[in-house]
Amino acid sequence: MSMSPKEYDTLTKKASPNSPWLKNLLWAFFVGGAICTLGQVLTNLYLFLDIPKEIATSMTSVSLIFLSALLTGLDLYDTIAQHAGAGTLVPITGFANAVVSPALEFKAEGLILGLGAKMFVIAGPVLVYGVSASIIYGILAFLFGWY
Amino acid sequence: MAKRLGRYTLALENPVHIAGYAAVGSKMERDGPLGDRFDILNDDSYFGQKTWEKAESIMQKQACQRALDKAKMKEEDIDYIFAGDLLNQCISSSFSIRDLGIPFFGLYGACSTMSESLSLAAMTLEGHMADRCIASTSSHFCTAERQFRFPLEYGGQRPPSSTWTATAAGAVVLDNDPDSVKTSIKALTAGRIIDLGVTDQNNMGAAMAPAAADTIAHFLTDTSVKLSDIDGIFTGDLGTVGSELLYELLDRENIDIRSKHQDCGLLLYDRDKQDVHAGGSGCGCSASVLCSYLLPELEKGSMHNILFIATGALLSTTSVQQNESIPGIAHLVQLCKETKGE
Repeated sequence: MSMSPKEYDTLTKKASPNSPWLKNLLWAFFVGGAICTLGQVLTNLYLFLDIPKEIATSMTSVSLIFLSALLTGLDLYDTIAQHAGAGTLVPITGFANAVVSPALEFKAEGLILGLGAKMFVIAGPVLVYGVSASIIYGILAFLFGWY
Repeated sequence: MAKRLGRYTLALENPVHIAGYAAVGSKMERDGPLGDRFDILNDDSYFGQKTWEKAESIMQKQACQRALDKAKMKEEDIDYIFAGDLLNQCISSSFSIRDLGIPFFGLYGACSTMSESLSLAAMTLEGHMADRCIASTSSHFCTAERQFRFPLEYGGQRPPSSTWTATAAGAVVLDNDPDSVKTSIKALTAGRIIDLGVTDQNNMGAAMAPAAADTIAHFLTDTSVKLSDIDGIFTGDLGTVGSELLYELLDRENIDIRSKHQDCGLLLYDRDKQDVHAGGSGCGCSASVLCSYLLPELEKGSMHNILFIATGALLSTTSVQQNESIPGIAHLVQLCKETKGE
């Protein structure tokens, strides 16, 4: 073909439709907001039931993780996420989905090498770099006496 | 004896005929425009099996068996089977064929497998190294997603240029019976690997379009066939983005195929009603369109002379992670149905 990769790249960009960013933004804003609102509702509910604040906030996280895992198992989470994008990815529910979906998918390869080994295939890097970052931050906080 | 035309094309002089063919699909394929033309449709994407990999093998086996039935042949009549698929080590094909007892050549041409297997079967038959062969392939949305992308239930957002891997299989039985009046393979153009540096695995149409353009241009130059003599040019699975790029690339060679061209990825699904983004893809996409639509139409006589060009993106998960660009390939098969008296 008488075309350079650079020339073709320009042509490809012109022919490929852009993601509908405004629509995606609105979806992410409202679905992400709705998940956070649900979290607040749950916290208020637990506080209303006279549960101490620290336990109530943990229970909220656990509840959201449970709901996300349930919706993932019912084949609903990915359908919502196809529209909601970052709205379902960023909250804690996205992390739960990233762990549950490979666990479901790879159980066909057995409980150890399938489910066990592949469960963190998506969430693994987040954990590795999340934990690493927190250790670095901890050392800095210790050295500079931030606490 | 086959005659070489130009650098890339082989004109078959001894007859190679399509004796039988079959297409198998699942629910998305049933809901598409070609839904009522499939031989076997199963709404259960597991096809009654425990894993999707097994489901895909069953699909390909069913396609082979139905094609044999339609050709009024049995497994033992077949000399060779040429087959491949998308999965690592081509397990869908080898597992589907292990019970059939037919000598097997496993192929990997990604989504170009249908025209690759047809080409090799046709060459073998034309040279009288065999009398009856099968060319087959399959793909499954779920097996491809988990191998190449994310788990099915993972909540990711697919970009508009991405395509939907067809859950489908196609099998074609070919013979070299000189008295047959069925559709025949007249010529084939083997594709070169073309890589114009596309690295986005969500834009396979763009990665494969240059290879399709290259092969089509070679066929026309090698054979001196005029576009006006051809009823249709059917590419594998370029989708909307790849088709548009194919036109642009061929424009530069002064070839305008717009009025003749259709893409199997756009024929299999209805993009307005089905959420397939840029169209269908996967080995089974072009294979099932060939077996459910193109071959029946040739048989009926509504088309006489077509070019079938399945296109493949020769990437792997490792090559993508190492930031390699995506090499494309496209093989062309010219299918003709001569009317009586010719």
